[in-house]
Amino acid sequence: MSDGAAGPKTMTREDATFATLVRLAPSREDARPRRKVGLARRQLVQKAAFGLLWLSGIAAVAILLSVVGYVVVQGAKVLNWEFLTTPPAGGLSASDVGGMSTTIVSTVYLVFWTIVIAGPLGVMAAIYLVEYAEEMEGRTGLIPVLVSVVRFGVEILAGVPSIIFGLFGYALFVSATALGWSFSLRSAAVTGACLVLPVIIRASEEAIKAVPRSYREASLALGATKWQTAWKVVLPAAAPGIITGIVLSVGRVISETAVFFVTFGGTVRAPDSVFDLTSPGRSMALHVYYLAMETRAFDKAMGTGAVLILTIILINLLMNVVSRRLASKLKGR
Amino acid sequence: MKFEDVKLETKQYSLYYGDFQALRNVDIQIPRNAITAIIGPSGCGKSTFLRTFNRMNDLISGVRVDGEVTIDNNSVFRMDPVELRYCVGMVFQRPNPFPKSIFDNVAYGPRSQGVRDRAELAEIVERSLRGAVVWDEVKDELNKSALALSGGQQQRLCIARALAVEPDVILMDEPASALDPVATLKIEELIQQLKKEYTIIIVTHNMQQAARASDYTAFFMMAEDRAGYLVEHGRTDQIFTNPQEEITERYITGRFG
Repeated sequence: MSDGAAGPKTMTREDATFATLVRLAPSREDARPRRKVGLARRQLVQKAAFGLLWLSGIAAVAILLSVVGYVVVQGAKVLNWEFLTTPPAGGLSASDVGGMSTTIVSTVYLVFWTIVIAGPLGVMAAIYLVEYAEEMEGRTGLIPVLVSVVRFGVEILAGVPSIIFGLFGYALFVSATALGWSFSLRSAAVTGACLVLPVIIRASEEAIKAVPRSYREASLALGATKWQTAWKVVLPAAAPGIITGIVLSVGRVISETAVFFVTFGGTVRAPDSVFDLTSPGRSMALHVYYLAMETRAFDKAMGTGAVLILTIILINLLMNVVSRRLASKLKGR
Repeated sequence: MKFEDVKLETKQYSLYYGDFQALRNVDIQIPRNAITAIIGPSGCGKSTFLRTFNRMNDLISGVRVDGEVTIDNNSVFRMDPVELRYCVGMVFQRPNPFPKSIFDNVAYGPRSQGVRDRAELAEIVERSLRGAVVWDEVKDELNKSALALSGGQQQRLCIARALAVEPDVILMDEPASALDPVATLKIEELIQQLKKEYTIIIVTHNMQQAARASDYTAFFMMAEDRAGYLVEHGRTDQIFTNPQEEITERYITGRFG
């Protein structure tokens, strides 16, 4: 607004207005008495509280880093290409022979089938709970009761200890008295799917709920059916959140031991292919357990653990990239 | 007010949200290929009334209706709501394009109805965008996200999206209330053009908008129990210069509401 430093300083209209405002402002004497008491004390408490919060944050990060760091550093001693590509030798000693290749393969197969089963099922259930069941709320009859039972069930399932799922899977799929699938990829995959189903349902439900109502109204007003609306508008808009849920489930399957201990068996030999559903196997997390507790090969357990941790980190990074891409695409950037 | 060529009609139409009555005994005729404005204070049931004609109120649980509502003398309550919405399009208060490309937004309705042919879709998209006077602004970036457009462009895109379904009736729920004055004027001009081919009902809070953009005006009020009812319905110039009811005059001159 001003003409800069050059030239004589003249009084502009703005200056005049400002001067008036200054004159009209109450002087110090007229000012209301302010509460000054306790201000220093409050500032002190503020500083102390923030110091404590800062310390807690640092401590949490330090603990996590030392766990991850310890395993990775210890594991690095045995980690090399050969370790990743040779099957476990199964011996008792921490000798040089034997790697972890088959456990990687088994884990991949297991993750594949778990997600193939639980992914579509969980997403569909979430769509049902939000898009179809919600309007039933407040009504009487069988369906609303069923819906609240399902919702309650999902919440309970999410909190059930994993070994309970394992027991269930063992009793229903593995045991010869029921389906008699014995220790196998299919027993493990179906039980694993039960384990992660609540994770996928809840994440998808939250993501679907967060889709603006205006999208649904626009779609229905254009003569789309509820299903078309759910499939073509709601689902794409909820995709970032749904992907997050699915990736969390992948992480859960990779890191789970108890469930697969009682359903997948533990043979070091991997199933012949992803379709070899009747063969047993050993996932990476199970391998860590066997190495540490049965064969006492701690260095190899650390090596496998390091691979496990790095895989989880990698998956999470990948998820961040993908869901951020999707989200920004949805926002039109 | 009675008309010769009636497109939409309600007879003793009432609507309840649970125990609360939102509309009471509304009798109105909406003439074909004309613009009817619905005015009235907040909470008098204007929007609820508008959503009657494409049965969007069905989406709210606990809604119950009474009386009759017809389109071309067919009861809307006996029609499949999906089919009804092919004939009765809607434009909302806030522009609500899908997070998809401009093309996919406009093609959404026809695709939902099963149109798959790429050339046919392209033709529908162009015609609709031209119809909504937004073609020249977006024709070179049909693959761009609709969310990247300005608010006024988004609203005209939403009108184009409604036109693509080829409805007879377009319901507009305060279509310009979220827009700046220039964009508002564009929308009003557009509505004037559309009335040649479409029956338009527009809910508005803006008296000037109702006065300048509509042929007929219906004034709604709420009774003491807050149920909305139709006070007066007539030619817009008559409602604004010579209202029959005192309460209408008080409302349009801004003495309440």
